[in-house]
Amino acid sequence: MATETLIWLVPLPPLLAFFLIVLFTNKSKALSHSIAVGAAFLSWLAAMLIFAAALGREHLGEDPFTSQINWLPTGDTFLKIGVMIDPLSAVVLFFVGWTVLMIFLYSVGYHNFGQPAGDHDHKGLPPHGATVTDEHGHKHTVLSIEPMYSRFFAFIGLFAFGMYTLVVSDNLLTLFVGWEIMGLCSYLLIGFWFAKPSARAAAIKAFMTTRVGDVFMLMGVAYLYSMTGTLSYRAIFYNEEVLHHLATTAAPLFGMSAAGLIGLLLFIGTVGKSAQWPLHIWLPDAMEGPTPVSAMIHAATMVSAGVYMVIRIFPLFTADWDHHSLTTTMSIIAFIGAFTAIFAATIAVAQNDIKKVLAYSTISQLGFMIAALGMGAYIAAAFHLVTHAFFKALLFLGSGSVIHGMEHGVMHTGDHHVDPQDMWNMGGLRKKMPITFWTFLIGGFALSGFPLVTAGFWSKDEILADAFAHGHWAILATLSIAALMTAFYTMRQITLTFFGEPRTKEAEHAHETPWTMTTPLVVLSVFAIGYGWLGIPEHFPGLGGIVPNWFHEFVGGTLIHHPEAVAFHWEPLAISLVVAFGGLGLGWVVYKDVKAGQPDPLEKPLGPLYPFLKNKWYFDEFYTYYVVGPMTWVSEVFTFQWMDRGVIDGIIHSVAQLAPAIGSFLRNWFDKPVVNELIGDGSAAVFQWLGHQLRFIQTGRLQAYLISAVATFLVVGAALYYFGF
Amino acid sequence: MNFLLQPLTLVTFFPLLGVLALVFINGEQKNTIRWTALGTALVTFVISLWAFFFSGQFNPANGDLQLVAKYDWIMVAGWNIRYYIAADGLSVMLILLTTFLTPIAILSTWKAVEDRVKDFMMFFLMLEVGMLGVFVAQDLFLFYIFWEFTLVPMYFLIGIWGGPNRLYAAVKFFLYTMAGSILMLLAILWLGVNQGTFSVPDLVAKGGIPVDIQFWLFWAFTAAFAIKVPMWPLHSWLPDAHVEAPTAGSVILAGVLLKMGTYGFLRFNLPLFPEAAVAAAPTIATLAVIGILYGAAVSYSQKDVKKLVAYSSVSHLGFVMLGMFALNSQGIQGAILQMINHGLSTGALFLLVGMIYEQTHTREIKVYGGLWKITPVFGTLMLIVALSSMGLPGLNGFVGEFTILLGAFGSVAYGSYWYAMLSAIGVILAAIYILYMFQKMFLGPAGEITHHHEIKDLNLREIITLLPLLVFIFWIGLYPAPFFNLMAPAVEKLLIPFQAVLMAAH
Repeated sequence: MATETLIWLVPLPPLLAFFLIVLFTNKSKALSHSIAVGAAFLSWLAAMLIFAAALGREHLGEDPFTSQINWLPTGDTFLKIGVMIDPLSAVVLFFVGWTVLMIFLYSVGYHNFGQPAGDHDHKGLPPHGATVTDEHGHKHTVLSIEPMYSRFFAFIGLFAFGMYTLVVSDNLLTLFVGWEIMGLCSYLLIGFWFAKPSARAAAIKAFMTTRVGDVFMLMGVAYLYSMTGTLSYRAIFYNEEVLHHLATTAAPLFGMSAAGLIGLLLFIGTVGKSAQWPLHIWLPDAMEGPTPVSAMIHAATMVSAGVYMVIRIFPLFTADWDHHSLTTTMSIIAFIGAFTAIFAATIAVAQNDIKKVLAYSTISQLGFMIAALGMGAYIAAAFHLVTHAFFKALLFLGSGSVIHGMEHGVMHTGDHHVDPQDMWNMGGLRKKMPITFWTFLIGGFALSGFPLVTAGFWSKDEILADAFAHGHWAILATLSIAALMTAFYTMRQITLTFFGEPRTKEAEHAHETPWTMTTPLVVLSVFAIGYGWLGIPEHFPGLGGIVPNWFHEFVGGTLIHHPEAVAFHWEPLAISLVVAFGGLGLGWVVYKDVKAGQPDPLEKPLGPLYPFLKNKWYFDEFYTYYVVGPMTWVSEVFTFQWMDRGVIDGIIHSVAQLAPAIGSFLRNWFDKPVVNELIGDGSAAVFQWLGHQLRFIQTGRLQAYLISAVATFLVVGAALYYFGF
Repeated sequence: MNFLLQPLTLVTFFPLLGVLALVFINGEQKNTIRWTALGTALVTFVISLWAFFFSGQFNPANGDLQLVAKYDWIMVAGWNIRYYIAADGLSVMLILLTTFLTPIAILSTWKAVEDRVKDFMMFFLMLEVGMLGVFVAQDLFLFYIFWEFTLVPMYFLIGIWGGPNRLYAAVKFFLYTMAGSILMLLAILWLGVNQGTFSVPDLVAKGGIPVDIQFWLFWAFTAAFAIKVPMWPLHSWLPDAHVEAPTAGSVILAGVLLKMGTYGFLRFNLPLFPEAAVAAAPTIATLAVIGILYGAAVSYSQKDVKKLVAYSSVSHLGFVMLGMFALNSQGIQGAILQMINHGLSTGALFLLVGMIYEQTHTREIKVYGGLWKITPVFGTLMLIVALSSMGLPGLNGFVGEFTILLGAFGSVAYGSYWYAMLSAIGVILAAIYILYMFQKMFLGPAGEITHHHEIKDLNLREIITLLPLLVFIFWIGLYPAPFFNLMAPAVEKLLIPFQAVLMAAH
């Protein structure tokens, strides 16, 4: 099969799975998950074949795989849609294929396949456990299967379709289609347990917040189209003429170039999708969804799609860039990225929910990538995007495994007040859950940037090196501190969860999870280590040059002008080492001896800052008070009551009163006889008053009138027609 | 006989045959009456399909008026009034939408209307004749007759089969629309007398209406059409009419009657008064944008789900107007497609709301809750339609909105990006009110009604009623090219005079 055909086919199996499950197999859980996982496997297979073909193609950047069809006629031309694999989409396709497949497999175990149905489980609530009697007649409470098991696989199938569509798209329109389908699935899956009020609220919040960004993005798309007449990547971003035109046209706002303003509008879409400040508020709440969803949508794929889009449109930012001082758009992007990176890291430090820590960590890491793009570090951002997808998916799945293990403990003790997600209820899990522990450790170290071994080190180091080489000191300082905090909260998490002694009975009875859950952990941890070796800078002491810097060479080909690799410097490397070891060490020292019931050791030294961080800088409260409140008032009071019912209807009613003659005429001659009597006595005397004068027609039957109306119409018409001659 | 066998004449007046048949059926035989009405509507639909696609007399690649039937009618004292009907790319989809939605609406009344079924069906079929007449008439006088004629059956549909406050709603609907129509009538008479013909193509070809008079005529027509659309601030009859109207009435009201207003702009205001249209474009766009935002804001605060849908129409029709007065091919094509989309999505929303109302007799949002769990099919269909209404890519609403945005962005007539930028905020607001509605009614714990009331999921008839709409919701969303192809040549033709006018104006 031609590679181009294969590219068209990549997104289809999960879509097919969605329809098959929804329409036919939703009664059978085994069949449903087999179809879903099978579909994910087919897409994975296609993705890998395409990736291999992409590796084998020389000058893939200049000559990518493409195929197009006409979609929307716009005047005399067509808006074409199509697929394309260039180096950037190839590497993204690679990690999407792997993470999606692993997460599909993981979901089977996570939703307790093979366990009995729950005693009191309801659709829309997480399973509460089932009672089983063993051969000795003892009753045990065990985990029970998710009541909406099939529905979950249908939804994630649809999601995977959206993500693959986005990746293989060759234009911003289908990218946007995939983007929104994912947004919908994110909504549906965050609110998967829809009987929980918190889940419902989180779902709607996620959709709204990202939608705010999406609309700006849509404006950017429309603006770009009105300037260039196309939305195809190749025709815009790989076309010097078009880029030059965009860079030299002035935009109507802020004295920017059209390229700058379009870039900024599109970037706001990413701010929503990739949960950047100030639209970050939805992602932590999104942890209400099942953990595979957090891993896939809210760490590895959908939020990464936001960054992917910014990487995709990168030539827009650099079109009017002199490669020295950043343009307005780039400065804004760099600022938002860097600020988000440090801001979210501070919050992560004070969270107790194992998933919330990871959520803020995701926001922060995405901020790293955005900051990198803002300062023009194209390759570094792409590299961190890929490594982060692997290790963050790993961490989320690991946390899901931990929670699952803890739920096992909760079932055992029967104390449902113990929150299986609160890290203060854990401790000592390394012995109970060894596979989860080791893989989580790998993921955590990758996130912290543990030197040389982990992928996260190489990609994060590259961002810092770039900031150093180009003298972006403020960004360098901010990101370095954020990296220090990252290592610190990661070690805090690892220590609280896995080290020390179990702090609750539940933790004592935690249990390693089934193979469907641990296999993905192992596979992903291979990438969390190994992928970094694909991007070792050429002049890195000792290791540089042994393995070629494949990532740089390959992905760099996406742009017309291959970006230069930055020269090696000792300083950023030193910073990387200090922050990684410093953060990890500090985290270990502070948390290694935490006992049950003890408050967070940070509470005292941080003072009032601690509740401030724990409450996420009070951003939710801010939005509720200053955005949602006024909006509701505008809608309910101002627009509806004052304007619509008050002013507009008021004018209309007073017009009626100001014209009493018309009013009484209508009342006496129209209202009363026609409407009142018609409705009042329920008889068919519609034209009663007319009937007094035309008594012979009045038969009291409505249809008689209708016929006479039609007849009159025809007779008069015919008469006039006749006279017309 | 030739006269009656003209394809368009046949389509337009065929429902009258049904009315005639109904006269002879005993009012007690309700099912016979229903089947007769449904059969008539279905045959009308088939005839309309035949007329446009299989008769070989209509070629969409040609932008001109086709399927012409033209007879002198009233030719006294210098009045040249003709029976002149025809169709082109601007009207073909609206005609099909009418013949498509009517049987669906009739099917939805199967259980909902038990009272005076015979009268109901007669009015309904007569309404169809009126609507079709509006879309095919090419003579201003004839158009006006059809235009006013639609008021009567709708007035009775609301006034007899409506809700508790139907009297107020029916009178408000009637008077409001009448008030606008009178101004249009004056303008029509002026044109007929001064230009010596009522034929629209002749008037367009003749042209040469002085610009200052164009201005007055333009706004006189606008008065009638803007009320019908309805454009802000002339919309306040709409929520009342919708809330009181029976389900089938709401479907037709939202699906087709409102489009008579937007179609009127397209057919008369633009070609007859091009200079005035260009001059008015920013004003119309401003009103459209206000309507988009205002309608969305008010929708959010509604406690009654039907009112919510009604106000959302104000917002959606704002998009149609915004696209149309962009006066470029994307804007107008998007506007026409969005008329169809709105008919499909909002029609489906009203059907769904009606289906639950039949069981519970309340439309208050807060008494529902947890419906998805109890009625999965209903919930799923509602979600799809809601998503289509809020413009999710992959479904029809997005294609229309996106094309309109492209048009508004590149509009020379507007000369500013701001209209497009601000209207896009409406897209966010749409998501808010639709999803809140969905959340409150379908998710979460069972509400008062869902708790105490045995609510059944959709039955086969109801699913069949909705299915055709869903097919088009997906079709237009995934592959809209055939729909655009149908209208593109006519739109290009419509735009020819504007190129010169726009050049001169800017």
